[in-house]
Amino acid sequence: MSTSKFGRYGGQYVPEALMPAIEELEDAYQRFVLENDEGFVDEFRARLRDFGGRPTPLQHAEALSARYDREVYLKREDLLHGGAHKLNNALGQALLAKYMGKGRIIAETGAGQHGTATAMACAHLGLDCEIYMGERDINRQRPNVFRMRLNGAEVNPVTTGRGTLKEAISETMRDWATSVEDTHYVIGSVVGPHPFPRMVRDFQAVIGEEAREQIREKAGRLPDSVLACAGGGSNTMGAFDEFVADGVGLYAVEAGGSSLEVDEAAGVAPNSASLSTGSEGVLHGARTKLLQDADGQIMESHSVSSGLDYAGVGPELAHLVDEGRVTPVNVDDDGALEAFHRLSQLEGIIPALETAHAFAFLEEEYEDLGEVVIVNVSGRGDKDLESVIEETAERDIEGTPDMDVFRGGR
Amino acid sequence: MSPSRIDEALAEGPAFIPYLAAGDSGVSGSEATGGSEDVPSSGVESTKEYVRALVRGGADIVELGLPFSEPIAEGSTIQNAIVRSLSGGMTPDVYFDLVEDLDVGVPIVCMTYYNLIYRYGDEEGPEPFVRRAAEVGIDGFVVPDLPAEEADPLREACDTYRLDLIFIVAPTTRGERLRRIMSQVSGYVYVQARLGTTGARADVSDQTDTSLGRLEEWDVPKAVGFGISEREHAERIVAGGADGIIVGSALVDIVAEGETDEGTVAERLERKARELKEGALAGAESRPQPERP
Repeated sequence: MSTSKFGRYGGQYVPEALMPAIEELEDAYQRFVLENDEGFVDEFRARLRDFGGRPTPLQHAEALSARYDREVYLKREDLLHGGAHKLNNALGQALLAKYMGKGRIIAETGAGQHGTATAMACAHLGLDCEIYMGERDINRQRPNVFRMRLNGAEVNPVTTGRGTLKEAISETMRDWATSVEDTHYVIGSVVGPHPFPRMVRDFQAVIGEEAREQIREKAGRLPDSVLACAGGGSNTMGAFDEFVADGVGLYAVEAGGSSLEVDEAAGVAPNSASLSTGSEGVLHGARTKLLQDADGQIMESHSVSSGLDYAGVGPELAHLVDEGRVTPVNVDDDGALEAFHRLSQLEGIIPALETAHAFAFLEEEYEDLGEVVIVNVSGRGDKDLESVIEETAERDIEGTPDMDVFRGGR
Repeated sequence: MSPSRIDEALAEGPAFIPYLAAGDSGVSGSEATGGSEDVPSSGVESTKEYVRALVRGGADIVELGLPFSEPIAEGSTIQNAIVRSLSGGMTPDVYFDLVEDLDVGVPIVCMTYYNLIYRYGDEEGPEPFVRRAAEVGIDGFVVPDLPAEEADPLREACDTYRLDLIFIVAPTTRGERLRRIMSQVSGYVYVQARLGTTGARADVSDQTDTSLGRLEEWDVPKAVGFGISEREHAERIVAGGADGIIVGSALVDIVAEGETDEGTVAERLERKARELKEGALAGAESRPQPERP
């Protein structure tokens, strides 16, 4: 079996112009990341610690534990510098680009967290940075756009298609095809051609490594279940990788959007649940599970959360689902918004809308998840506040703040 | 093995190979079909008319794009054509019917992305797509997102049905990769004239000469594409050793523009084809002649 594949998934389906760069990246990944040549891994870990703020805590969630009558722990990736797990990968790849002698970085972003993390890593390491972002996502995630620009990155709006992550990835690949000789493409998730899915997983695996050690310290045992939201699947694979070999229940929580039904004629899937409802195909460099119509045209996906709004998923995750090792589940937009408010009120943590999907699943299915549960808090929700205000106004969600009514000043 | 239709077309001198996105009539789907969702007739009929015009103008082989929703190797001109075609209702089956009806007397190369090939039919893999392509008279494939590493299943199906599989060689392709592609390619090798995506350009890249130089020893015909839009480009590239020129965006621009004072789309495509073909012929004439003994 080729090392570029995970079972039947993965591979390298990219234009020929990019193949030499991908071969160069494979060599660099082998040499620097897997063999720690020139002390790459040591420098990466040191920068993650000092610049990134690792290790992040594994917090015992008291209110949730009481609510569900079991021990719920939160892996606080929202406390990583930049507010999301994305920095683990962005810093790793930007540093690798530097070791490879490439001075220009390009990246795509959906919710803006990967773009922000990449812009921060580039500013930190002195690299030029350009980010591609769908126009619709730019409108949904303005604070992150501003943060990227504050860090000196250029943000290029993508207007094709629906202007979300799928189109941003295609546009970044087009830039890479033009600039491949001096530019590295920092893919933001465990997607794309080999070696990206493995390399991004390795950079994110620090989440599970820490969680494993921390849960042993705090609970004296491994967890029964680990929950993580899954768009492309980078925080998912990061949280799961250390537990794949054990019997721990691994739940990839996808965005069920407004419905799991698809409108084939319109080419629209009102969800982003590729693992739960997708079929096998080839997109953005890899064979994986996709939202596509009967002819193989890629569908427009939907999620209230920009970060999950993608028609594909990482090939390793697709493989682990086929093997029965990861359970794909999904929750809808309403459930995610309710969970967003619930976690904010119960635990004082405002989660990313992506992460809120994992908490919605916890609320629905906690009885089946065992006595010790870890939820990966993939990121913080400040970036989502504009969306949440708008989406909450359209729904009747218990206990949400009414911005017209104040009881202060007594 | 006897030569394929593509081999024969290329044996007759420098080839002009135009590209069009099948189903693109230059207007968006709802305008083209009066809002109907299931009648892609306007785009299909236009494509047939346009292909015939290109053949009248001197096309030796036609690359006909089957649109995919995520065309990562294309620039904005062809991306927009693909959006127009898809919104007009283009599907693989409509495409195959279109080709079956064409009957233009020159080889047709299907240019598309691997997911459409992989997904077609009830069986897994590329075989059903290739079988159907052979039935309707397609002569070969160009698949921009399928490098030699992943091409074995499609190569095998193409061998079974005697279709050519054309690979792209990029300016970045060197050494072992060149040898790998040489062992897989048939019909012609598509020499990418410059890094980047498709799109008409005002000049010919120096990368073209370097790339052609790298392939000098190959006995497979070399057709150069990416950025060619003028007679002078065609002349220069053929004079530099190419066996053919591939032109897409400059023609798609004509389709997108629609009828002008200069004539109908078909008239203008025919004129442009003639201009480019003449450029290629002039390029062949200006090549240094081998010394007589």
